[in-house]
Amino acid sequence: MKNTVAIVGLFLATMLLFVASLYNGSVSIPMSTITDILLGRGSADHPSWQYIILENRIPQAVTALLSGASLAVSGLLLQTAFRNPLAGPSVLGIDSGAHLGVALVILVAGGALTTGILTLGGFALVIVAALLGALAVMSILLFLSRLLQNNVMLLIAGMMVGYIASSMISLLNFKASAEGVHAMTLWGMGSFSSVSLDRLPYMVGICVFGLFLAFLLIKPLNALLLGDDYARNLGISIRRTRTLLLLTTGVLTAASTAFCGPIAFIGLAVPHIARLVLGSANHRVLLPATLLTGSALALMCNLISTLPGESGVIPINVITPIIGAPVVLWVILRLEK
Amino acid sequence: MTFELNNLVIGYPTRKVAGPMTVSLHQGELCCLLGSNGAGKSTLLRTLAAFQPPLSGQILLDGRDISDISARELSTLIGIVLTERVRVAGITVRDMVAMGRSPYTNFWGRLTQEDHRLVDEAMQLVGVDGFASRQVSTLSDGERQKVMIAKALAQGTPIILLDEPTAFLDFPSKVEAMLLLSRLAHDLQKTIFLSTHDLDLALQTADRLWLMPSSMSKGEIAVGTPRELAEKLPLYFPSPHLTFDPSALRFQIQ
Repeated sequence: MKNTVAIVGLFLATMLLFVASLYNGSVSIPMSTITDILLGRGSADHPSWQYIILENRIPQAVTALLSGASLAVSGLLLQTAFRNPLAGPSVLGIDSGAHLGVALVILVAGGALTTGILTLGGFALVIVAALLGALAVMSILLFLSRLLQNNVMLLIAGMMVGYIASSMISLLNFKASAEGVHAMTLWGMGSFSSVSLDRLPYMVGICVFGLFLAFLLIKPLNALLLGDDYARNLGISIRRTRTLLLLTTGVLTAASTAFCGPIAFIGLAVPHIARLVLGSANHRVLLPATLLTGSALALMCNLISTLPGESGVIPINVITPIIGAPVVLWVILRLEK
Repeated sequence: MTFELNNLVIGYPTRKVAGPMTVSLHQGELCCLLGSNGAGKSTLLRTLAAFQPPLSGQILLDGRDISDISARELSTLIGIVLTERVRVAGITVRDMVAMGRSPYTNFWGRLTQEDHRLVDEAMQLVGVDGFASRQVSTLSDGERQKVMIAKALAQGTPIILLDEPTAFLDFPSKVEAMLLLSRLAHDLQKTIFLSTHDLDLALQTADRLWLMPSSMSKGEIAVGTPRELAEKLPLYFPSPHLTFDPSALRFQIQ
């Protein structure tokens, strides 16, 4: 009962933030006009406003919604799979893997291109490269997790894998054109605004697919809370579950990273916020709560990023640590007890 | 349900740990596995739970080799309780016991009325129903181990294997846990098999003992009631500081 209330509350908060994202932006537009445009009663006297709302703010809000959900759910799966409260797609270097894949395509193959102006073929290539990069890192981590019993060691191993990927990205920069490096730098700061309306269906498709896979894992994830041996004794196939987890976190992290750049802290912090709200680790409620909290938090970061108004946009990766890092500190303090 | 080990040899691809052994477990009995460190108690339990394959020989459940039984079906036949503490926040006692129903629940893990009834029953049998809504992370070691036993009961398996379930418990909790397991074996006609280092306790509560020789010696596994094994016991726990009193079934420190 308490859980249902919490999830309905989170859902309403997410919807509210979504609508707020449509009404707020760098360009100020009268609210009544926005309502008219959203209801399809667009006024002909301001075609640029209509363009901003339909081609800009709607895709941006949907992107934030899905990217936040994907990263948060990915973080939850990783924390359960590795039984480590400090696991997350960026801590374990999974988004660095996706980053490296994207860098290879943009800097080497594509030249000076951003995801925004890629041809459809090039765009598909970026997504596939991100997915392969993320899956490669996940495979390395799964292999290492069998050798390393200590949870902290696995985190350090993940960070090392991330560092190697970052070094390779920097090395690639030497080979790239100035425009390529500039595009990569911008992309690396994180943004929900680089998905155009015609590309949006691809992002929606991939993220929804990844989230759907995650929901299929609810029962095995609950059993995994008890550790591999108890889970196996309850009839859960550890190998199949791990393979599906690998695929799901890979798809979710790669989708978000390819479209929005590597976004830190959402994957790590959101599952803890959701656990705090629910007081339960049962994935049947924790997974939807994490998904909604991730969406809400990403939308909130997106709103904050437009606060400077006409003078520009704050990169998302400037905002997420301010919200995420205190949550992580709180988790560490609680672990010490 | 009969549970037989037929010429079973256990170990790892590179190293044999113990065997061959041909022994049986009996329904409605509490059976304790004793042996010094490194004798292979954990390896034997892991092999019986089908976590690792035997090097040779068979484990037969009602005449069927367990390697031919699917993981799904096996989860309804053998339940386990492990030594290591389950460290997880945000799980209540009821949630934990309900995990035992996983082999029977649907794809999403939804509990039916019958599942809820069996979870309640398991909690009552073990005596943890008084704190069903407490978080497992706030329990004492003794309480937590009882919850894990309740989970195994909710799993409804005829066989329950426990790997050193009393290892971290204080003395009264050890006694309570052993008496509980003995009662469950007798009252519910379960086959309960556990490894332990608590020799005195095992001698007083077990219906049957398995004595594993240390890996150094070439000895065979010895099986029998505590009284039947009274003569052999000192051989399996050789120490210049211990004498065994067969009439009282007790080791004395010299």
